[in-house]
Amino acid sequence: MAGLMAGFGHYTHALVRGVPASLTRAALRMQPTEVDLDMARREHEAYVELLRARLGLEVVELPADESLPDCVFVEDAAVVCGETALITRPGAESRRRETDAVKRALKDLNLNIVEMTDENATLDGGDVLFTGQEFFVGLSKRTNQRGAEILADAFKDYAVSTVPVMAGLHLKSFCSMGGPGLIIIGSSEPAQKALKIMQQMSDYRYDKLTVPDDLAANCIYMNLPNKGHVLLHCTEKEFPESVKMFEKLKDYMLIPVCNSEKVKVDGALTCCSVLINQKANI
Amino acid sequence: MTTEAGSKTEVKEKAEESAAGPDQSEQAKQEHQEGENAVREEKEGKGISRYLPTWFKKPKSQSQTSPTKEVQPTEEPASKATKEEEGPSPDVNGHAEEVEEKEEVKSEQVKETEAETHSNTSADTEPAKGERVEEVEEQSPEEAKETKEGEGAEEEKKEGQVEAEGNGQTSVFQSPLRVVRKTKMKVIVCHVTLLDGTDFTCEVEKRAKGQFLFFKVCEHLNLLEKDYFGLIYKDNHEQKCWLDPTKEIKRQIRSNNWQFTFNVKFYPPDPSLLTEDITRYLLCLQLREDVASGRLPCSFVTHALLGSYTLQAEFGDYEPDQPRPLDFINQLTFAPNQNKEMEEKILELHKSHRGMTPAQADLQFLENAKKLSMYGVDLHHAKDSEGVDIMLGVCANGLLVYKDRLRINRFAWPKILKISYKRNNFYIKIRPGETEQFESTVGFKLQNHRSAKRLWKVCVENHSFFRLNAPEPPNKARFLTLGSKFRYSGRTQAQTRLASSLIDRPAPSFDRTSSKRISRSLDGAPVISVTAAGRDGAENGRDPHLELHSDSKSGLRVHGDTIYVRHSNLMLEDHDKTQEEVLKHQASISQLKRSFMEAPPPSPPQPNQWEKRLTSSPATATRVQQQHVVSVSQTEAASAENTISETKEPEKMTEIEIEETVVIQEVSKATKAGLVTVPPSPPPPPAAAAPPAEQETQQQEVKVQEEVVTVEETQQRKQESVSSESESEEEAEYHPDVPVSLCQTQIPEEKEEEEEEEEEEDVEPEKEVEEQVSPPVALPALAEVSHPEDETSQEGVCRKEDADENKEQEHETEESTDDVMVTPDEAPDSPLLSEETEKTAPSEEKEPRVNGEALLVEVDPRPQVICCSEPPVVKTEMVTISDTFAAQKTEIATKEVPIVHTETKTITYEAAQLDGNGDGEPGVLMTAQTITSESLCTTTTTHITKTLKGGLSETRIEKRIVITGDCDIDHDQALAQAIKEAKEQHPDMSVTRVVVHKETELAEEED
Repeated sequence: MAGLMAGFGHYTHALVRGVPASLTRAALRMQPTEVDLDMARREHEAYVELLRARLGLEVVELPADESLPDCVFVEDAAVVCGETALITRPGAESRRRETDAVKRALKDLNLNIVEMTDENATLDGGDVLFTGQEFFVGLSKRTNQRGAEILADAFKDYAVSTVPVMAGLHLKSFCSMGGPGLIIIGSSEPAQKALKIMQQMSDYRYDKLTVPDDLAANCIYMNLPNKGHVLLHCTEKEFPESVKMFEKLKDYMLIPVCNSEKVKVDGALTCCSVLINQKANI
Repeated sequence: MTTEAGSKTEVKEKAEESAAGPDQSEQAKQEHQEGENAVREEKEGKGISRYLPTWFKKPKSQSQTSPTKEVQPTEEPASKATKEEEGPSPDVNGHAEEVEEKEEVKSEQVKETEAETHSNTSADTEPAKGERVEEVEEQSPEEAKETKEGEGAEEEKKEGQVEAEGNGQTSVFQSPLRVVRKTKMKVIVCHVTLLDGTDFTCEVEKRAKGQFLFFKVCEHLNLLEKDYFGLIYKDNHEQKCWLDPTKEIKRQIRSNNWQFTFNVKFYPPDPSLLTEDITRYLLCLQLREDVASGRLPCSFVTHALLGSYTLQAEFGDYEPDQPRPLDFINQLTFAPNQNKEMEEKILELHKSHRGMTPAQADLQFLENAKKLSMYGVDLHHAKDSEGVDIMLGVCANGLLVYKDRLRINRFAWPKILKISYKRNNFYIKIRPGETEQFESTVGFKLQNHRSAKRLWKVCVENHSFFRLNAPEPPNKARFLTLGSKFRYSGRTQAQTRLASSLIDRPAPSFDRTSSKRISRSLDGAPVISVTAAGRDGAENGRDPHLELHSDSKSGLRVHGDTIYVRHSNLMLEDHDKTQEEVLKHQASISQLKRSFMEAPPPSPPQPNQWEKRLTSSPATATRVQQQHVVSVSQTEAASAENTISETKEPEKMTEIEIEETVVIQEVSKATKAGLVTVPPSPPPPPAAAAPPAEQETQQQEVKVQEEVVTVEETQQRKQESVSSESESEEEAEYHPDVPVSLCQTQIPEEKEEEEEEEEEEDVEPEKEVEEQVSPPVALPALAEVSHPEDETSQEGVCRKEDADENKEQEHETEESTDDVMVTPDEAPDSPLLSEETEKTAPSEEKEPRVNGEALLVEVDPRPQVICCSEPPVVKTEMVTISDTFAAQKTEIATKEVPIVHTETKTITYEAAQLDGNGDGEPGVLMTAQTITSESLCTTTTTHITKTLKGGLSETRIEKRIVITGDCDIDHDQALAQAIKEAKEQHPDMSVTRVVVHKETELAEEED
């Protein structure tokens, strides 16, 4: 049954993309850093393997495109909710073409494709937080009001509220969903402010899990058959204090995922995949 | 024993003592005659009396300047009334209402007459006074009995009467039903388009109210849970407006187009909580239309899903054998942009619903529809402060702000302190956040004034329906209110849920639009939304916990000068209780509610037999009334403002204050000790009196318990937010605050209007002396409870000392006790005297003076209007009491100014009914507030005092209205208007006293 808001965190498929060698040089980043390509690739492989083998998702892996150094971060190219996929118009000019391959892949998955054709609209998937009941769209360097409007138009069932992103790259650079009605949020002031706004704008109540490190607040939540609540989060090595917070989550399958290299180019855990819940029969 | 009550009370008591049964009436008659004669001497001059209700007209005090003027016009009617009263035996229940009124009148008359007599011939008069007093006493007991006896219907009648009186004898406030009955007029045919698209035609009288038509429609639909629905008409500008059930249809539609549509007005956040399938069916019809028209946007998938449930509900299971429904499906509209693909999808999903009953399909439809983000959101076009186009969405949770499709802000009801509009501007005042210190006001521009007002109304209604346990009293009395008095008049969601839970009828069968199949009841069918129900609370924002949090945080905040106290917890608890109880008394409750709501005046709640007995003793009654003492602070200068929200701890609901107009600075002063005189309620009544009083209270309590339901309702209503509305309907304000509901509380509101400044309240000793002289008719204050204050006041009078103190005391006494005003006959001679007399009035209470009415005039007139009414439930008892004894009031206008400069006239009008002034037990002052508002040339100072006595809480509101201005202002009219509004604002309260003090500058003067 295609009931609204049913089964938050239920996923059957994941869309990922390889890491191009150009990432080390050309990928956009807020702070100049050196990226170890091999290390990044290893981490990414582990990530994909986790989704496929351990979590049992059907993984669609797109080949890397050397001309698109940021192409590994597929999340920004599409927003999928239910049976609808909104193909975005990334805020960074250099990333616009990333959507082509993503669109094709999603179409092959029988999703209803909505494209963002408005020249004035920009939207990165990293700015879109779907809580299960509604969307929050961060207005950031990459996402503008028009992009948010188009998203609202694509997902008419849901309230779409805008949240100014005062720091960090994306809205999800300091927050993510940790479960139904649970927002994991960083403790920085901009993060907390954003949370306040989200709480004010919402008709629903959200619990929050505050973690000391903003980057650690980006996690991947899933609710999988036979596994229950699953949370992919940062490793203890990266953010030891924040990891302790996750241990408070009872009845969760907690899976630390190392993301130390991609994070240098502002790639968080959620950035590397598009999760899809596809009806078996359709 | 100390006589707390004013002279009137005393008089009554005396009478009782004398125990002159039949004789009294005779005496009374004689007295009346005398009174009449005496009265005729007086002239009204340009008195306000012409604007005042009859019962108000008896001025207790005459203007010194022209002693002769005052009485005449008023007296005659009064005397007649008195006669009538006397005629029927006191026990007659049916007449109770009338009697009360009459009694009041009589008492006033008596006072007047007394005064006159005093002035004219002291010797003759005194005996007469005694007689009169007796009469009064008799009457009062009678009244009390009657009131007690009188139940439902009688009360209503009374209320009605009172209302009428309050309105200046016009019947504006009468309940719709009544009106309908009365006016048999031309019949008009109304066309109502129902949700299934059919037309319902029905005839209504031309003057029928919206309610009448609405009920007709609901009857036709066999709909019981009707509170979610409403009728829409199109105004002259093609704008859709909700038909106000409390107003005449004709006055709303303003055209001869009697076309209406029946629509869902409040979308239940959780439809699964609706009791009947038929209600859900109607909601489905509305939503199908909303979805198909695009008003309720949803995705392709959702369109398909909703459409499939519609098919299932209307056509039943998918039948492979039959020709594909696709043949006709394209004739059904499911979505604004419906296409073949969608229809295919709908059919596909339809197959999966096999076996689902129509009722189940409807429920599924609703379960999905309710999750849509725009479900139940009423959108209004607006512009923000920068002129950007936005949409304002009103819904169960609050106000949403959209820019295009994006939600850019949200103001939950608990965050909103005030909603107002002015011209085409719409404002909301926001409660400061945790870290913020001040509230902020957000303004939006609507297309025009009408849209602003329409939006405002929708907000008021939605807030009331979804946030309150009970609607705010429709017509809260507001003084000098000019704005719209609009309030939500129906049941709140909480109430309607309770009512629904009481529905006990077999599920009605009804035809579904297309299929014409008889729907089967869902009973026994698996209900899908167990979880949904659970969520409901949260969705509504009504989640108790949540609210509590916010509320508790805001617990006692000082915003600017306004204090808002929220007690959500209490409210919730009460609510729960209510439900249970309500269940028990469902039917009676709603009736009571209605009557309460409709009838503002203090109608005695149905008294128990006990109460009757108890009340029968006049003494007791008196005491009770006396307890309510509110001291009005005389001068508080106030700058402008009006909003007061008070909350009582007992129960809280969110209250919304509706203020109209002006966003003037609101200065509400939190309780000022000085201002509020705590009812000095005298120490427990003297021995004799005490017992009865106690009994009464006990009884009252008992009653309360028994009639819990009623009480609760009452409480809810009682929230007192005093807001002053100002000017024209162009502006209106609504304060969603936590309403204070008083449980078993009596809330008398007193309002004082004063014209001119109160500064002059100084009492002059001289007058007092005079009064004292007259007083000699001491009362045998038997049962009276003496309020310390009273005592003091008496002393003051006697001593003629500290005028100020006396005044305060007096005020208190006045309010509390229905003091008799001492008529300063002498006063006329010298204005100064009159003032004194007023002050003395309090003293009179103790002393048996009949004169109590006194006051008179001094140079400048000051009007004070005091309204006392009690909350419905509590009222019962209270009312009873009041009825029993005529109110006595004392007023004192003071002017120190020696003679020449200023002329002061003080006229006191007292209502017969008194609210208990003092009870035997000293009350506990719970809250006291002073609010001042200014508009035009008037300044209104409102003092609200709440006291808790025993289990009852009382609220007294005193309004002092100062009308300043040059000659071009019609003071009388202004005052009359003020009184009228006060009554309207506080329908459940009664006006106990009106004191008019006029000051005219003869020469140079200070006002």
